[in-house]
Amino acid sequence: MADTAHAHIDEHHYTATGIDSRKLAIWTFIGSECMFFASLIGTYLVYKGRDLVGPKPHAEWLLNGVPQEQMLEIPLVTFGTSLLLFSSFFIVLALSGAQRGNRKALIGWLVATIFCGMFFVGMQVYEFTHFVHRGMGYTTNLFSSTFYTLTGFHGTHVTLGLIWLISVLVVALRGKLPPEKALNLEIAALYWHFVDVVWIVIFPVVYLIR
Amino acid sequence: MNASAHASTAAEVHQHAHPTWQTYTKIAITLFVLTALEVAAYEVVHRHAPAGLATMLEPVVVEVLLLLSAFKFALVAMFYMHLKSDGKLLSGIFGFSLLLAAVIALSLMVIFMYQYQHAPTANPLK
Repeated sequence: MADTAHAHIDEHHYTATGIDSRKLAIWTFIGSECMFFASLIGTYLVYKGRDLVGPKPHAEWLLNGVPQEQMLEIPLVTFGTSLLLFSSFFIVLALSGAQRGNRKALIGWLVATIFCGMFFVGMQVYEFTHFVHRGMGYTTNLFSSTFYTLTGFHGTHVTLGLIWLISVLVVALRGKLPPEKALNLEIAALYWHFVDVVWIVIFPVVYLIR
Repeated sequence: MNASAHASTAAEVHQHAHPTWQTYTKIAITLFVLTALEVAAYEVVHRHAPAGLATMLEPVVVEVLLLLSAFKFALVAMFYMHLKSDGKLLSGIFGFSLLLAAVIALSLMVIFMYQYQHAPTANPLK
């Protein structure tokens, strides 16, 4: 009995606050990430609308004297945004499945989350490629530099989140994610929700506010 | 406090009531609707707008978009990230970080705006 109690303590790494140390650590990490993204968003806003040459995010611009349409493609990004939001929904259902010991729900919803995340990253890769083909490189103007830096860092975070979730999926498929280890998924899910809330801020700031 | 009592207390703290799948579904639908409203506000003001509605919405569209975004942010943080049920310490850590993040973003903006307005010769673009 005493051995079981000790094993329980060791497995969950509780701190003096009663909160698992890994959970406390991920929240502290998320806090530091908030400041990181705040500096990127602040920089984007500082330079917003100060370009001397095109491409323009929300207005027509000239390329070799030929008028070009606005750069940002709202419908595509709106679809990507919706999928990222739904991925947050799917991952809480996966977590709920893990906590109840429902392996089928855990794996099914986790696969759905990963699919949505992959589509989002694919959407960003397509968007960046399309922009480069339309003449917007990283150093073309202030908009391009700040846009690629901000959304690129976010995309990198989504990609890292995907690698993390795929690792958890592999563990779950091998049957090594029982309900008492659901916290492993909860921590990954917290990171995933964080990249979602960052996009909730980036989407209107970059794409919808002129 | 012995080890088993400590484990029990810790487990009690950890045992929090997460929302049900019905609540998660309602939040997902709300997030989707709010996103649709954001894009609708953009489309009405900047694209094919009925003149009256666009005129009414245009002066406040930025505030509307920021409010909708803040509401979505709060919903995800409270329900999907379980801050509503996980105790005040985690909410405090996240809230304090958000406060610092806001100060960082605003400081950057104020410093650079000041530079643009009061020291135009220092502006590398000029």
